[in-house]
Order: sequence, then structure tokens, then C-alpha cells
Amino acid sequence: MENKNNLLVKMENAGVYLNNKWLVKDVTLNIEKGKIITLIGPNGSGKTTTAKIALGLYKNISGKVEKYTKKIAYVPQKISIDWTLPIRVFDFMNLTSDLQNNETNEALEITGAKHLINNDLKSLSGGEFQRVLMARAIAKKPDLLVLDEPVQGVDFTGEIELYELIKKISETLKCGILLISHNLHVVMSKTDHVVCLNGHVCCSGTPISVANNKKYQELFGEDVSKILSIYEHKHDHKHGVDGSVEEN
Amino acid sequence: MFDDFFIRALFVGIGMALVTGPLGCFVVWRRLSFFGDTLAHSALLGITIAYTMEINIALSVFIISSVVALILLKLEKTTNLPTDALLGLLAHSSLAVGLVVIGLIATIRFDLMGLLFGDILAVNLNDIIIVWFGGALILLVLKLIWKPLFASTVNYELAEAEGMKPERVKAIFTLLLAAIIAISIKMVGLLLITGMLILPAAIARNISSNPKSMVIFSIIAGLMSVLIGLFSSLEINTPSGPSIITAGLILFVLSLIKIKRSSQLKS
Repeated sequence: MENKNNLLVKMENAGVYLNNKWLVKDVTLNIEKGKIITLIGPNGSGKTTTAKIALGLYKNISGKVEKYTKKIAYVPQKISIDWTLPIRVFDFMNLTSDLQNNETNEALEITGAKHLINNDLKSLSGGEFQRVLMARAIAKKPDLLVLDEPVQGVDFTGEIELYELIKKISETLKCGILLISHNLHVVMSKTDHVVCLNGHVCCSGTPISVANNKKYQELFGEDVSKILSIYEHKHDHKHGVDGSVEEN
Repeated sequence: MFDDFFIRALFVGIGMALVTGPLGCFVVWRRLSFFGDTLAHSALLGITIAYTMEINIALSVFIISSVVALILLKLEKTTNLPTDALLGLLAHSSLAVGLVVIGLIATIRFDLMGLLFGDILAVNLNDIIIVWFGGALILLVLKLIWKPLFASTVNYELAEAEGMKPERVKAIFTLLLAAIIAISIKMVGLLLITGMLILPAAIARNISSNPKSMVIFSIIAGLMSVLIGLFSSLEINTPSGPSIITAGLILFVLSLIKIKRSSQLKS
């Protein structure tokens, strides 16, 4: 298997044409080990489609996609669990891999969902489910981690924690992360590369260069684009799962 | 009190329950009960072909069911009709064609009741061998594809993204369904075989909290249905195939009590 410069996925002018329209086209980007790429853009701009192209979920695409890893973990935007399936968090953790019990526990502990391990998957709230999805992805120790709006449904403190966590994952696992941001204006500080989509790549680069880019400002309006806050986070205390403050 | 034919029926019934238990769970999870029905209906055509061409019934049914399954997959992609309409179309037209073919070859006398409801008491040693060997093979393949099949049942895209090849395991699972119908059609008949797949799994769903326990309960429920059904058919002289399914129904009703209790506890 070819592997130059820690490259995990190489997309060149990739696009999907489905039901007589382009879902997204001409996307060029590289995902590398240890780097975080954030996709932003309005609804229907092709963020999820781009992630799915990278994952190889489309059969007919235009352009070129090359993948150099098979150790992939995916946190989809939403999963609906059929009520006919009796499935606990524990079973879900082992869905595509065979984990040791301590690996399962550890990953759930990291995302603050350890107490849910024997709960029925369908009984979880949106935020709890999101933490379980993250835990499952971490436990797989992937080379490539694709996160589609991983903080949706998580409350504000939880959101900050999860962003911190993503940063930590990137540092410890040295994996490449493709992150789709649910919030246009919030991009993590740790992001190496931002790609702004609007059916095609509108602009891309470091977070600051994107924020100052004319095209970005045109797309979202000058006022809005001003608050593209680069997520700098200083935290001097921790929160318990219920939101209570724990001293460090 | 056990006559020879009864022991044979027990062996075949137990062998079938061991296989329909786990397969039935996936039929319920993946909402394939009508699909199973369609395959079973098409089995009639397989049986008539087996008679006219003088080949093994199980083999012929397996081939016809697989072909019907392939036609369905093809139609799903090329027409705008919903899957349930296509299933109905295939189920009834293959049943009708089967009956027409029976009419054409009037030289062979068919026991139509036997085809529709099966006759587990008439099985011979050959049938036992087919059920146990075929069943063991089906279980082995199911064990091999368990992980990707289950993962893609929970979420297709997640499984595919993480390299589980859902399309391939779906095709293999479809063949397994055709196979279980082929090896058990003679025992319970084409109208009742789906019942053997769904009832044990449905009973198990009511009393289990995770996939593994559901499979185990499903096997147990299937075994209990077979034993209760067969013994009662011997005692009170009822048709054995329908007795097995009826026993399953009674177990299902009993399993509802457990659901009612646990939902009362929650509220």
C-alpha cells in the first residue's frame, strides 16, 4: 500500500451527481495523519456528501479518491435504531470490532458515558447517544476518524468538553480527523485546515485565512462572518457529566 | 409410545428450530418477514419443477427461491414500485405459476395440502440428513457473516464506512433464507415456514435485552414450539405443522405478559 507523507485520503476534483443534480463537485482535499480538517458551509452545501465520498460510500463519483487506510471510524450525523433490535451500549461499542472489556470501559469513561454501558441504546438522550458514538469511534483506535456534527444535541459545557476531547484524540492517536462543524461560526482552534463548502469548495486554508477570505464573507454576509470565532478555549475546571463543577 | 415416525419428526423439528431461531432474529430485525413469505410461495414452483425433472426437492426449491430473490433485487433497482408491492407481485405470481404448472402436468398427483402445510410426520431418514447437514452449513455461514450482517442491520452506512461489506453479506443472508426454506418446506409447508422463522424470534424479542440473548431465547422458543406442537398433535390428533405454529402463538401470548410487567415497572 502506497503511503506518502502520512496521507490517509486524497480527493481530487471529487463530486457526486445524483438524481439530475450535483450534490457536491470539484472537491480537492487531503486528509493526513495527525491533522484536523474542518468542513463548514450552509445546509445542503455538501458537507456530509464530501465526508461520505472520503469514506467510500458512493459507488459512482466523478474525480478521484484514494484511501490509504482501512482503520476507519465514522460518527454519522444521526442514527435511528429500529425498535425491533434489542441492543445495549455495550453491544453497540463492539459493532464493528471486538474490543476487550477494559478498552470499552476506557473509551466510555473518556466521553463521560461509562454509566450508560448496560443501558438500552434506544433509551439514550441525543447528547448521551453522541457521547456513545464518540466513545465507539475512539475505542477503535482508527487512523482516520470522520465526525459528522459530533456535538449536536450536546449541551454547551458538553460541547466544549467534546471539542477538547477531539483535540486530545488527534494528539494521542495521531489519526487524521475530518470534522464537519454544525456551527458555521465556530471552528476549533486546533483545526489545521478549514474547507468552506457551498456545493463546491468556496475557499479553504487555515482558519484565519478563511475568515478573512472575500468569498467566505460574501457567502455568509460580512456581519455574520465577523463572528467566526476561532475556538480558543481556556478551562480551569472540569465538569461532571451532570454539569457540576469539579475542581482540578 | 414413540413410534419410529415420531422420533424422526422430533429430530427434524429440533434441527429446524436450531436454524430458524437465529435466522428468524435477522428476519425480524431487518423486517424481512414478507420477503421470507415471498420466497416460500415461490417454493411451490420449485417443488413442481423437482417432480417434473426428477431432481431433489430441496435443491430445486433453493434454486427457484434464489432466482426469485435475485429478480426482486433487480426489480427494486429498476422500477419505481415500493418493495412491498414487488414482494406481493412476486409471491402471488410465482404461487400462481406453480399451480398452473401443476395443472399442466396432470399425470402426477400432488398432495396440495401437504405442500401448503407440510407433513413432518412423513419425513424419512434422507430428510433428517438434509435438515441436519444443511442446517449445520447454514449456521456455520451465519456465524461467519454475523458481525458484518449485524453491523449493517444496525446501520448500513456505518458498517460500510468501517469496511464491513454490507451488500455482500446481504446477498449471502438472502441465500441462507432460501436455503432454510428449501430444507424445511417438506416439513411445515410453504404457508407455515415463515411462521417458524418469525414466531420464535418475536417471542424472544419480548423477553430479551440484547442481540445474543434474543438469539438464544429464539432457539429455545423454537424448540419448545416443536416439542409442544408435536406431542400435542400426537395426543389430541391435530395436524402437526399447524400445531407447532399454534404452540408458538401460545408462547408468544405468554411472552406478552412479561412485556406488560416490565412496562408497568417503568411507569
